Amino acid sequence: MFSQFFSYVLQGTLTTVEVTLVALPFGLVLGLLVALLQIYGGPILSRIAAIYSTGMRGVPPIVLLFILFFVISGSISLDAFWAGSLALGIVTSAYQAEILRGAILSVGAGQMVAARAIGMSRLKAVQHIILPQAVRLAIPPWSNEASIVLKDSSLVYALGVPEILSRAQQASAATQQPFLAYGTAALIYFVLVFTTNRLLDLLSHRMRIPSNP
Amino acid sequence: MNQPILVAKGLTKQYGKNVIFHDIDLEVAERDTIVIIGPSGTGKSTLLRCFNLLTRPEQGQIWLDGEEITAKGAKEDHVRERIGMVFQNFLLFNHLTALNNVLIGLTQVKRMTKEAARAKAMEELQRVGLADRAGHYPGQLSGGQQQRVAIARALAMDPRVMLFDEPTSALDPELIGEVLNVMKQLAHEGMTMLVVTHEMGFAMEVANRIIFMEKGSIVEQGSPEDMYYHPQHERTREFLHKITELHGKTQRKE
Repeated sequence: MFSQFFSYVLQGTLTTVEVTLVALPFGLVLGLLVALLQIYGGPILSRIAAIYSTGMRGVPPIVLLFILFFVISGSISLDAFWAGSLALGIVTSAYQAEILRGAILSVGAGQMVAARAIGMSRLKAVQHIILPQAVRLAIPPWSNEASIVLKDSSLVYALGVPEILSRAQQASAATQQPFLAYGTAALIYFVLVFTTNRLLDLLSHRMRIPSNP
Repeated sequence: MNQPILVAKGLTKQYGKNVIFHDIDLEVAERDTIVIIGPSGTGKSTLLRCFNLLTRPEQGQIWLDGEEITAKGAKEDHVRERIGMVFQNFLLFNHLTALNNVLIGLTQVKRMTKEAARAKAMEELQRVGLADRAGHYPGQLSGGQQQRVAIARALAMDPRVMLFDEPTSALDPELIGEVLNVMKQLAHEGMTMLVVTHEMGFAMEVANRIIFMEKGSIVEQGSPEDMYYHPQHERTREFLHKITELHGKTQRKE
């Protein structure tokens, strides 16, 4: 009985992972751009980036998802999967921007000064000195954001993408066993989130900069 | 005298209405070791930072090897490449080993090949006595070792002049000596140096000129002997004696 549920709901897992694997990196690239503009962009660009970040974070993801979904799928012809994933990527970009901004600022202004003092351009300094350190600081909070995106990928269910939650909903409707259906979905989400966090913990540990106690 | 390397005329720096220093003239000749002293808040560090354009003076001009670096369109990255700087708090790149701290400017700024850069970086670490620490990260080094790596990092760029901004002020007393020794050795090798410090022992032994700054102006300058034994200004004598008292211990130890 349970194994039937499991194999049915599990078929949505690949879609959930795919949505996450599109939204998360897309949001990372966009978020990095927003964070860099906010810090180094000069008065106008940094203001625009700040408004973007504040605005995006001030609206519930599901509302944004609907708005972005209709904007994206209205202007270019994309199927629900791509439109939903990109919309989710835009939602997470604002949160990732804040994570990266915090990490970059924690690196300290002195590192930039030291890099400029040996003749590096600002771009080179960001690339070789600031970001490698900021990335290390960003992994723990980013791990949290990754699990949020993984879980929020269930929102694209509302757009008709056949991921875990939509599969569970179908199973529940067909069998009148909501607890088993949604319980299975919960279990799969938990395993995905847990694995993601553990892998990123491992990465964080491996990238740690050696220092004496 | 030798050809001047660094010339400043009429430098003024202010933040809003707050004048940091005013109308400073300075000439640094090849092989000079110039020590700048003065109470804190008199603009010594800001003056150093003007020389490699980390801050821009509001007025005045600076020439490096006869080329005006404060001119519009002067390439500031290229200027900084030729002026080494050592900071009070070391500012090593925390994510890089000692070797890579020294090497990164060579590969990224001077565009040397990895092998050539590596050889040069090892040579510079050798010069500051830290070849055996090449693989250590800043967090694994003592303050004195970190500062010596920072000196090696600046030296690797083959600068025309080295700026030292209170290089020993953040160090435990027993670690000051190793940094000062490296600096003395540099001076003897003929490196042109501009040093902001309170280490009077170093100044008396190595400097060929001491500049006393206060409230944003140069009060007096001259040879260490003249400044110490025959100062023209009462204020110079007062200050010199006060810091000698404070730093007298380290001086005697040497």
